[in-house]
Amino acid sequence: MSSPKDTPNVYTAARPPPAASVGLIGWLRQNLFSSFSNTILTLVSIYLLSLAIPAVLDWAFWSSQVSGDNRFDCKVEGACWAWLDQRLGQFLFGFYPDGERWRVILAFVLLFAALLPWLTTGVPGQRYLRWFSIAYPFIATVLLAGGFGLEQVPTDKFGGFMLNLIVGLSGIVLSLPVGILLALGRQSKLPLIRWLCIGFIEAVRGVPLITLLFVSNILLPIFLPPDVTLDSIIRVIIMVTAFASAYMAEVIRGGLQAIPSGQYEAANALGLNYWRSMRLIVLPQALRISIPGIVNTFIGLFKDTTLVIVIGLFDILGIANAMVSNPDWLGLSTETYVFVAVFFFVVCFSMSRYSMWLERRLSGQRH
Amino acid sequence: MINRTTLTNLWFNKRGRGYLLQLLVLLGVTTLLAIIASNTIANLQKAGLTSGFGFLGDQAFFDINQRLIEYTSQSSFGRALVVGLLNTVLVSSLGIITATIIGFFAGVLRLSDNWLVSRLITAYVEVTRNVPLLLQIILWWAILTSLPKIRDSIPVFGTLFLNNRGLRAPAPVFEPSFIWVFIVFIACLFFTFLLLFWARRRQRRTGKIFPVGLTALALVATVPLIVFFSLGQPITWDIPARTRFNFQGGFNITPELLALWIALATYTGAFISEIVRAGILSVSKGQSEAALSLGLRKNQTMRLIVIPQALRVIIPPLTSQHLNLTKNSSLAIAIGYQDLVSIGGTILNQSGHALEVVAIWMAVYLSLSLATSAFMNWYNKRISLIER
Repeated sequence: MSSPKDTPNVYTAARPPPAASVGLIGWLRQNLFSSFSNTILTLVSIYLLSLAIPAVLDWAFWSSQVSGDNRFDCKVEGACWAWLDQRLGQFLFGFYPDGERWRVILAFVLLFAALLPWLTTGVPGQRYLRWFSIAYPFIATVLLAGGFGLEQVPTDKFGGFMLNLIVGLSGIVLSLPVGILLALGRQSKLPLIRWLCIGFIEAVRGVPLITLLFVSNILLPIFLPPDVTLDSIIRVIIMVTAFASAYMAEVIRGGLQAIPSGQYEAANALGLNYWRSMRLIVLPQALRISIPGIVNTFIGLFKDTTLVIVIGLFDILGIANAMVSNPDWLGLSTETYVFVAVFFFVVCFSMSRYSMWLERRLSGQRH
Repeated sequence: MINRTTLTNLWFNKRGRGYLLQLLVLLGVTTLLAIIASNTIANLQKAGLTSGFGFLGDQAFFDINQRLIEYTSQSSFGRALVVGLLNTVLVSSLGIITATIIGFFAGVLRLSDNWLVSRLITAYVEVTRNVPLLLQIILWWAILTSLPKIRDSIPVFGTLFLNNRGLRAPAPVFEPSFIWVFIVFIACLFFTFLLLFWARRRQRRTGKIFPVGLTALALVATVPLIVFFSLGQPITWDIPARTRFNFQGGFNITPELLALWIALATYTGAFISEIVRAGILSVSKGQSEAALSLGLRKNQTMRLIVIPQALRVIIPPLTSQHLNLTKNSSLAIAIGYQDLVSIGGTILNQSGHALEVVAIWMAVYLSLSLATSAFMNWYNKRISLIER
């Protein structure tokens, strides 16, 4: 007789999971056919995709054409990309003189060097690169507009994607500090400053950007002294900055409100004055919280740069419009606009992915 | 030296410094405004322009294709602006309704556990959000205007016709007796409200639940239908018929309106779907589990527990998306849909009254957005969580 205690434990080996719940079949069952309604959704989606994907691929690649001098050479059913080699330069540089385009490319390459130290860490020589990026706006202006021995290029020759980048980047760089000041002003204890900031923010956020661009084109010349004229690109940059900074201010205000009041009080107790407590304690935390909103505002601003066509500037969309109405290439509108859309998608999508990466990295740093 | 000590005192006193700062800002702003005003007067005099809103009564001399009220080129600038405002309202309301529907479906489907469907919705959201709206409007317009000519219109569902002049759709023709269907419908709606009120009071008193939803559905859907059929279907459709060069009958939606509508609805719909998704995710799973364990049925859990809490998160950004859509409808100018901004632009070019036209634009859009934010504040106050 042995007590139950003495019986040796007998382990049976675990049986393998049912074949239908692992591997490819398991995945399919779990993710595509888990219920009756899901099965129907999946089948409908597959049917729609089987209609759409071959049609789009066929239009864009299989039955497209890449060579030809004008639209009469386009004899295919699908897309006609024959204009690309003739017009790509215009899409990128506008009417910038052919021989000087290396300056734009150089400015574009230097842009990455200027942006790098701010976008990530661990770049060799980060400190010196930051000095370089502070100098970059002046270097870029000289490169693009001329001076110091470079041939002058009037700004009405600027155009294409280069114009979108100029307006977008200037707006981004300028709207962040202005937005921070507006957000701080809106929280200020001084009533006059608070009301001025609220008035500005609400007025700008209440109207479409298009009306502000009309203001820059029609009213700014009326407001300025009769003998002063401002370059049209500068006027656009001013308006785009004003517009984006009002939105930026609201995003940052959200971040400021999320900071517990203990932080403000602790900064006061340490004897920091207003600007120091903001710069050292409050803003670093508030800005970190607002990163997704800030990047969304940047993306919105960059997309809004296409609006300059309504006041007669030729950004990449303006060039596309001009090409579509050109008798040589009449009727190729779908190809042209799809091509432009790809440009914006690449830039905006990578911006949003970058912000997600940054958010993940910073959330790891929080204590 | 008294003067100096008071000044230093003022500077080292927090309140004094505040007053000083505000005084300086006030001085700066008024000087700026004064400079702008004097420049404006000088510039207007130089250009020989008058100011004032008297020009709104002058004859407009231009035509408007898309109009909801009577308008000819003999009408006044003021009436042209009203036509434009109505066009803005038309495309915005169409867009808001469609975008909200698209957004809710896309937001729910993106959370679906169906891998393929959620990926497809993600692709839609990412593509539409990362391409400028203006470009999307122009692209849709380019596609719609490159459709076949009227002669080769594409029939949709047999009675709708797509061609390069837009979409021709059947128009409903109401016979006089239709008014009775309408009256009965309104009466049923009113009765449903009474019923709801009574049922709520009874439930509070006795705990008995009255099936309001089913009764209301039966009332509002069936009774008007019975009246409709007993009156001999007092509504007929004016179906477009093809003639040699054009269509007879029905009504036409211009490609401009259609392009603007599709682009605004799909673009804003993508943003709304993100808001809806965030709203649903914000309700913790414990809430629906608790409701289920309290004995609420599944649809009651959704209706009484999950949706009210999700709406608290969804509604404020949703209203601001609706406002954005209204403001974005001003991009109509790029494809020639004649909205408030586009007609204002024409008037501005013809009459030279830039200041006044811009003031009208600002007034209209600002009052819209202030009304929206007033609503939002009221709603936020009403539904905000009262803790402790």
